Amino acid sequence: MTEPVYIVDGTRTPFLKARNRPGPFAASDLAVQAGRALLSRMPFAPGELDEVILGCASPSPDEVNIGRVVALRIGCGLKVPGWTVMRNCASGMQALDSALTNIRAGRSSLVLAGGVDALSRAPLLYSEKMVLWFAAFSAARTFGQKAGAFLKLSPAAMLTPVIGIMKGLTDPVVGLMMGQTAENLAFRFGITRREMDAFAAESHRRVLAAQKAGHFNREIVPLYDRNGKLYPADDGVRQDSTPENLAKLKPFFDRKYGNVTAGNSSQITDGAAWMVLASEAAVARHKLPVLGTIVDSEWAGLDPAEMGLGPVHAATPLLQRHHLALGDVDAWEINEAFAAQVIACLEAWESDDYCRNALGLPGALGRIDPARLNVDGGAIALGHPVGASGARIVLHLLNVLERTKGRRGIAAICIGGGQGGAMLVERANA
Amino acid sequence: MSAVATGEFQHWQLTRDGDGLEWLTLDRAGASTNTLSAAVMEELRAVLARLAADPPRGLVIRSGKANGFIAGADVDEFGELKSVDDATALVRRGWDIFQELAATPYPTLALVRGFCLGGGMELALACRYRVAVDEPATRLGLPEVMLGIVPGWGGIKRLPRLTGAPAALDLLLTGRTVDARRARKLGIADECVPPRIMENTARGVLLSKPPPRRVPFPLSLTLNRLVRPVIAAQARKQVASRARREHYPAPYAILDIWVKHDGDPLAAAPSDPASIAHLLQSPTARNLIRVFKLQERLKAFGKDSESAIRHVHVVGAGTMGGDIAAWCALRGLTVTLQDQNAERLAPAIGRAAKLFADRLRDPLRARDAFDRLVPDVAGDGVARADVIIEAIFENLEAKQKLFVALESKAKPTALLATNTSSIPLEDISAPLADPTRLIGLHFFNPVARMMLVEIVVGRRTRADLVPAAAAFARKIDKLPLPVKSAPGFLVNRILAPYLMEAMRCVDEGIAPETVDEAALAFGMPVGPIELADSVGLDICLAVGKMLGGGAEPPKKLTELIAAGALGRKTGRGFYAWTGGKAAKGVPGAVPQRLAERLIDPMLAEARAAFAEGIVADADLVDAGAIFGTGFAPFTGGPLHYVAARGGSGA
Repeated sequence: MTEPVYIVDGTRTPFLKARNRPGPFAASDLAVQAGRALLSRMPFAPGELDEVILGCASPSPDEVNIGRVVALRIGCGLKVPGWTVMRNCASGMQALDSALTNIRAGRSSLVLAGGVDALSRAPLLYSEKMVLWFAAFSAARTFGQKAGAFLKLSPAAMLTPVIGIMKGLTDPVVGLMMGQTAENLAFRFGITRREMDAFAAESHRRVLAAQKAGHFNREIVPLYDRNGKLYPADDGVRQDSTPENLAKLKPFFDRKYGNVTAGNSSQITDGAAWMVLASEAAVARHKLPVLGTIVDSEWAGLDPAEMGLGPVHAATPLLQRHHLALGDVDAWEINEAFAAQVIACLEAWESDDYCRNALGLPGALGRIDPARLNVDGGAIALGHPVGASGARIVLHLLNVLERTKGRRGIAAICIGGGQGGAMLVERANA
Repeated sequence: MSAVATGEFQHWQLTRDGDGLEWLTLDRAGASTNTLSAAVMEELRAVLARLAADPPRGLVIRSGKANGFIAGADVDEFGELKSVDDATALVRRGWDIFQELAATPYPTLALVRGFCLGGGMELALACRYRVAVDEPATRLGLPEVMLGIVPGWGGIKRLPRLTGAPAALDLLLTGRTVDARRARKLGIADECVPPRIMENTARGVLLSKPPPRRVPFPLSLTLNRLVRPVIAAQARKQVASRARREHYPAPYAILDIWVKHDGDPLAAAPSDPASIAHLLQSPTARNLIRVFKLQERLKAFGKDSESAIRHVHVVGAGTMGGDIAAWCALRGLTVTLQDQNAERLAPAIGRAAKLFADRLRDPLRARDAFDRLVPDVAGDGVARADVIIEAIFENLEAKQKLFVALESKAKPTALLATNTSSIPLEDISAPLADPTRLIGLHFFNPVARMMLVEIVVGRRTRADLVPAAAAFARKIDKLPLPVKSAPGFLVNRILAPYLMEAMRCVDEGIAPETVDEAALAFGMPVGPIELADSVGLDICLAVGKMLGGGAEPPKKLTELIAAGALGRKTGRGFYAWTGGKAAKGVPGAVPQRLAERLIDPMLAEARAAFAEGIVADADLVDAGAIFGTGFAPFTGGPLHYVAARGGSGA
């Protein structure tokens, strides 16, 4: 069919939960530490890459075009172009997709692609009232005018910054916070609070088991800060995320009577994930070992108010194109933006109504075996650094296939703004 | 080649531009570096005469050599000074020419890019303005004190007038250099600008003629003739804590010249300790110049080898390995640092970050250095490294196993090196497919301060690896010293008997402070007991055992080690240590001949090492002793000291 695109290998940083203050690493620092470790493993020199593509939803103002900044910092040299892509929650997957496109088009044969975000460093912004005050103050010429400006300064306006992250997580078209779109889905599919908490608890349990069994050892590159402190593992996962404890949390988005809490949502997190993609010729030229191939990808659009169903809308065409039933897929990664959202995807595929009306299918597609879905846990326990998640799930999916000797996997992700992204991958030597 | 007569100069070039400004470029003929030899200075005198007859609107003095502005006077000419008269003439010529430069009716400006040291700095100070180019390579200073001499061409007079006395004396007495930004802050440079506008700036300053820099009030009070003695007394106390007058007369001479003669060394009578005659009579200056030349000789070891080294792999993230890795990253190399697990790497990374922050003031450059130091538990860096340095614990099997693994993964052209202090290279390399490939790169603790690296040549080590190893040492700005592989190599071998003897003195009941004082009085920079604590008592014991020939180790040493008091690193050894400093009491009266008792074993060992051909010649023994142990530099080194004493030895 089309030219195969290989994934050679990948790395990611430990995912670090945001804790009320800016985290120890800027987004570019995270991408640098994971990226240079990945390149160390490669038999080719960093300068031999054709380009570097980095997905990032919110780089800080001093990391503009973070893809290029990081490419230079990890030693790719002056001649390797670098750029940044943004498709909200799927920015990391978009980076992989753009790499794939360029390789298929013959423009590149060796690409470093991935995603990063340091959500703990999302800025606090001056309110509009304060911005206008600054503008007026700047325009004031005489001492008298400047003094007068101070009389008009409102302490309330000064002390109520806009919280950047809340803005970022609110859909500007329909005016809903992401969590509220999950509440919509819970309503639509009759998903209860208990089901959400059970799903969340299971995500934590799976991550803990995976950590113990060393399932993340291949992909995680520890982080080192300038004080000699080591960050060796994902730190958002908790031992005490039992359904009972989760039940105690108050709803976060629809206060008082909602169902979606901080405990059954993905965490706000810092992290980076990278992969090296290569054409057949590059694999031969550098004698590269490979993890697998990206067979196909799909982007879909849907109602922003129900953005959580994005995976369904993106994965279904993939299945159809390749004549696959749900059961033909050996392992699934569906990004856990919210427990309710993942459950809704599963319910959607099991619903005759939904499949017929929304997906144009003859009937329900079926049920995904929970033992094949997010086998080592997901973003509820690990965290969702927006730009990185789309890349992490593809990387981990390949590692799962490798471990379980599966052949095919689909990674799918819902996207704020009403989109979905999905990738069909195959293990090498399957 | 007739020069002055036809108006053409050999070393200086004159160009007058459209604005009427004269651009005077120094490109010393037949030399790669600009130094102010007699010929260069005489030509400068002729240039000034020419310009006196045809004055320009302003004069810019700059360098025509890419490696820097002016490195100073010609040190070789110092060696040729036979008498006080010769020395006086050399000083007077520079003094007079720079006085003339300072008195021109047209404004003068020094455009300083790269190193600007000693006589070069004094030339810049004699100009009305100075523009420093904002690059890391730009360093300004007066290092004469480190050669045992004084700035004789106006530096002592002019520098304090720009910066005030405290800052000027600090630079004069330590010989430290400052970068362009600091020069601006201190008032030495009028402007600090990037290269892209340096010429525009020089032109702009000369055309706009701002008032020349004068140190502002209240700092100007420090120049007052009545205040100077007070300031000098304070400075003298500080100098005394580091350099005794009987060993190092130069800093005291600088202070006297400043206080009594307003910076003119020629005004001191020959009987004055601050006079040139006096300085010349003490062997210190001659010996310090000798030390400077030894340093240049060591630097030359790496010159001929092509050094395409970009990536270093270090195995072992302990004190030595971690610091070696940090130093290499600081000097611009990519470094992969390997150890058994990430927990062992993290402290080394933290120490490295601190080094970068301290040494690289610019946060961007510190960040770049941090990016270059890559933690590498899996050893992925081996395959691409140009130099591989092993710095794991001193165990033969572990090193052998490691090197076999490294050899199988490394590039064929990679340098395989061990930092071992005590295990013979022949033993480590025995199981290798190519045992001739192993060489020793022996660093000293702390890596960031100790300039010397012993290039250890084993019996089987390929000869062509030595220049390559030396070139690597130069690339990271260390001083390479090729040594034969024998126990202790050179430095530890010389040091061990000295330290052991000192500890035996303590066993006999002499207070550690008194023992140290004896050595300090001799001229060692640090006392032996304090040094032993710094190196680590466990290491001292190990080295002592290796070299001791079966002698019983000093009692106190074994006691302390058994109690876990290993010196500075554990907070307690012979001394109690807090915050990196030893808590020393007042030393007692130093018994007669205690210093000899301590130093003689070191001298004897130096002679033995020389006799065994551990290094190529006696000068290199001295170089190793000075740069590796800090052996009293003013003596010129142990063998030189013995020879000067009459060669009578212990």
